[in-house]
Amino acid sequence: MGRYIVRRLLQFIPTVLGTLFLLHYLTTVGIQLTGNPIRALFGDKRPAPETLAALTSRLHLDDPCLKQKGNPCLGLFRERLVDIGQLDFGTNFRFRPVFDWRGFFDRAHASIITDALPYTIKITIIAFTIEALVGVFIGMRAGMKPGKSLDYSVKISTVMVISVPVFVLGILIQQFITRDFGNFLRGQEWIPEVISRGVFGSAYKQEFPFASLIIPGIVLGMLSLATTARLTRTSVHENMRADYVRTAKAKGLTHKRVIGVHTLRNSLIPVATNLGLSIGGYMTGAIITETIFNVPGVGNQTARAIFQGEPAVLIGITTMLVLVYLVANLLVDLLYAVLDPRIRYE
Amino acid sequence: MSDVSVDMSPSLAGVKMTAPLLEVEELKVEFRTRAGIAKAINGVSFEVNSGETLAILGESGCGKSVTAQAIMGILDTPPGYITGGQIRYRGVDLLKRTDEERRLVRANKIAMIFQDALSALNPVFTVGFQLAELFRKHRGMSRADGKKRAVELLDLVKIPAARQRVSDFPHQFSGGMRQRVMIAMSLALDPELLIADEPTTALDVTVQAQIMSLLAELQRERQMGMILITHDMGVVADVADRINIMYAGRIVEKAPVYDIYAKPSHPYTKALLESIPRVDLKGQQLNVIRGLPPNLTRIPAGCAFNPRCRYVRDACKVDPIPPLYEIKPGISSACHFWKEVRGDD
Ligand SMILES: Nc1ncnc2c1ncn2[C@@H]1O[C@H](COP(=O)(O)OP(=O)(O)O)[C@@H](O)[C@H]1O
Ligand SMILES: [Mg+2]
Repeated sequence: MGRYIVRRLLQFIPTVLGTLFLLHYLTTVGIQLTGNPIRALFGDKRPAPETLAALTSRLHLDDPCLKQKGNPCLGLFRERLVDIGQLDFGTNFRFRPVFDWRGFFDRAHASIITDALPYTIKITIIAFTIEALVGVFIGMRAGMKPGKSLDYSVKISTVMVISVPVFVLGILIQQFITRDFGNFLRGQEWIPEVISRGVFGSAYKQEFPFASLIIPGIVLGMLSLATTARLTRTSVHENMRADYVRTAKAKGLTHKRVIGVHTLRNSLIPVATNLGLSIGGYMTGAIITETIFNVPGVGNQTARAIFQGEPAVLIGITTMLVLVYLVANLLVDLLYAVLDPRIRYE
Repeated sequence: MSDVSVDMSPSLAGVKMTAPLLEVEELKVEFRTRAGIAKAINGVSFEVNSGETLAILGESGCGKSVTAQAIMGILDTPPGYITGGQIRYRGVDLLKRTDEERRLVRANKIAMIFQDALSALNPVFTVGFQLAELFRKHRGMSRADGKKRAVELLDLVKIPAARQRVSDFPHQFSGGMRQRVMIAMSLALDPELLIADEPTTALDVTVQAQIMSLLAELQRERQMGMILITHDMGVVADVADRINIMYAGRIVEKAPVYDIYAKPSHPYTKALLESIPRVDLKGQQLNVIRGLPPNLTRIPAGCAFNPRCRYVRDACKVDPIPPLYEIKPGISSACHFWKEVRGDD
């Protein structure tokens, strides 16, 4: 097992390097095509040439290769790798550091990622909890009674959620639930503010750090919830007819034990791996959800970095997301081995 | 036996120990599917007593497993429904009892061995867990005591190094060893009746013989009743006392083992016997029964075997269905022309 983990960790290296290079190349070509991004910082004003030159040089944007369209700027890439190796992810155009681990403990070392990450972690936990509890529960109930009304409603509603893009769903929920319904709630005197302005507020609010993340969390988790419910349903349904379930019945075990122990344990193997993988999916979902609900998390920062063409921020955040994704994948593999002894002993 | 063995086998109200162990009478089962109603069992009757082995034999799809599942009360409903008949254990009609009473009959009184032990054992639990579960849930034993009993059971079915193997998972056993685990599991609560549904079909020929002799030995030692289900005439000869031949959900011939081989009374039995490979006829073409078993949603009128029968006459193609004619005590055949089939005059 230990050797397996080490091998997997080593496999991370090319993936991370490849991602870094791709991002580096895309942002470099972007600069080569649109010109010095610093200029955009000044908007309509024209900066003094010395100021511009000084800024450009401080942000390492004065390398001649940035003027040659299509040049991959390998020299710059190597410098960047060396910096990242020393946990230096650079700064944005306003010289705010992208990442400084001390920022988790000390406000004096605040950085973009350490400031944003707690929001994303909170919203991910909300999404994951809802996905795991609700998705598995309704999938299980539907799978146990195929062809009954609950089964059909699960089938239909999950197809709807899966086929509607997340941003459409998010905007619909924002319009009709947090705005229209929220406005109605805010008009009622007797409803506490935590509910009317927190839970049903149309954007994240600092005064309600948890309540105002619930609906964004639900939107983030909705898609994975639907896939989890469907997967659980299919899996339970298949396992109910498995030979070993018939054996369990023949052993005179109670219906509760036949379902709760023998059927469920087997049905949940594919579900657990799906749950693990959905954590990776949340990282992309967060870009949309956090932007819609204005949550100042990592996803929101990513979107901003893209719009403003900030290479360091984009690369820093994406590297982190890739690592989260890879670690989640590794954990899923380990979990699979724990749940399914047939894998463990291969 | 171990010190933790306590007999707490639940008793079923109304049981008379003098009554026959199991009597199945006019059992009817159908499957209601989209393709129509498949009449899987159409009035099957037989009896098994303690200490004897009844073989039920027939081609695949004739309703052997469904009969076993109906007796155990583990039929898939829907689509399967018992539409008539009685299943009496020690005089008590199980079909009239509550689900809870039936549950306690399973494993305690009537236990079952399945064909393919690899799929019949739960892949994610150790065999120790799956054996101990019976003692824990039916006898209220602790995990540790349950495990001790599990080791004893593995010893009983002659699995080497039982103490270590008890913590292994089913896929870590060979086919034959896995079927031994299955047998151990069925014997855990000392049932009076054992139903073995094709216990050796999934195994190599050499292993088949070992498993059959183990089963026969355990059955004799414990004086259990046993229903041995198989489609292989070769398997039953040494083990069974009596044979019931089944075709399209009916029993077409009943006889002691010796008589079946010596003088079959139904054309179907005769055809089955001719399809066994025989050492003394090596090199000759093997007879297979021509045609296919009927579709159970459209069983032909009269004798269900008539489209494939060598002895067929007009009387065979119309209802009434031939009854089980008693030829001698203990021998009966559902063929109008049994005399001709037997070569009697
Ligand atoms: N779960 C099921 N659903 C529908 N039909 C079934 C089911 N189980 C059995 N049957 C029907 O019952 C017939 C007898 O099956 P079975 O008893 O398993 O045959 P075998 O004699 O080979 O054990 C099959 O041919 C099939 O038509
Ligand atoms: Mg069968």
